Amino acid sequence: MKPDTTKTVMLLLLAVLFVTPPVAGAEPKSGYEYLQLESREMQDDDFMNPGMSAVESGAALFRSAGKNGKSCASCHGDDGEKLDTGNIAKYPVFSDSLGKPVTLQQQIHTCWTENLNNEPMKYDSSGALDLEVFVRNLARGEKVNVQTDGPLQPFWEQGKEIYHTRAGQLDMSCNLCHVNYAGMKIRANTLSQGQSNGFPAYRLKNGKINGLHSRFNGCYAQFRAEKLEPGSADFVALEVYVNSRGNGLEIETPGVRF
Amino acid sequence: MKRLPCLVVALAGALGAVAAGAGEAYCTWQADNYAIDAPLCGLSGNPERGRVLAYERKKGNCLACHTLPIPEEQFHGNIGPDLAGVGTRYNAGQLRLRLVDMKVINPVTLMPGFYKNPDQLSRVSKEFQGKTPLTAQEIEDVVAYLETLQ
Repeated sequence: MKPDTTKTVMLLLLAVLFVTPPVAGAEPKSGYEYLQLESREMQDDDFMNPGMSAVESGAALFRSAGKNGKSCASCHGDDGEKLDTGNIAKYPVFSDSLGKPVTLQQQIHTCWTENLNNEPMKYDSSGALDLEVFVRNLARGEKVNVQTDGPLQPFWEQGKEIYHTRAGQLDMSCNLCHVNYAGMKIRANTLSQGQSNGFPAYRLKNGKINGLHSRFNGCYAQFRAEKLEPGSADFVALEVYVNSRGNGLEIETPGVRF
Repeated sequence: MKRLPCLVVALAGALGAVAAGAGEAYCTWQADNYAIDAPLCGLSGNPERGRVLAYERKKGNCLACHTLPIPEEQFHGNIGPDLAGVGTRYNAGQLRLRLVDMKVINPVTLMPGFYKNPDQLSRVSKEFQGKTPLTAQEIEDVVAYLETLQ
């Protein structure tokens, strides 16, 4: 290489070094990327993915007649084909009538009780999760697209605050692991960015579908903190923030996770 | 347990005395120059016990984040620094503060304070309220163990 060329290359390198922003705001990366190959293969194949049985149970609930004879399918089609999958990817969304955000599970539940006259289900109970898995699975491949401004902004801020608030005897917060140390090892486990695009997800650890709010509580238990109520205003706000961190990631429900 | 005049029983309103670990009272400590020179409650540590505490998951669980010269345990974490030879880098007082409350040195650390004042924590689950992750004796044991890592 001629000296002049070398000099130019060096200058270009220096320019790149100083112009490239720091990596602090890393690109969102799905939990899938942190899985071992076997677990990724399990998720990729619908016949191997244990979460797919929740899609089937959810579909059965979706088509089951409620107390007034109507079912979810009455309005949304037998396979939910009348649902707008782009809209599913926006949850939690702001409800004008309630003046606050609602999660996808809450929206389904509102239909379940108010439009079908069914008995209420507990948040993150297996029936509620099966329905959420079925509906979110319809939007598999859609990009997460949660609003962070407008009427959702104060709730997004509230969720962000919770995300960064230390709790429990071990005095930890979500960001410490999932922002600062994603990719590093806790014993044999790799810390992920804590993205929600695969949720509700089948966890290998407990062998069942896990709702996002219950998963939050799994972390709180690890830091020996009091749990929050699934479906509570705090967890809905946290879901707004956590889902928005994954804006642009494809929905994978039902994801397979550790 | 040896009781010293410096031993302070913290009162947390109606909760009464704050118990640290298995019914023992919380001993206050003083950090100077990024070290706690005085052993907690005046106790002395046992390095063999400290080594066990370092890998027990429900105790120190140091291996969750650190690599240590404990070859019989698989899968050491890599979030925190490798602790091989840590006894050559820090003295007992410096190690003690790092175990007791690393946030005094680095406020944004992920490392739990293993003997942080329980009154300064929030939303602790019932089972662990008023308790520190390690007792004063256990802190001294782990300090004694880490000092042996030369």
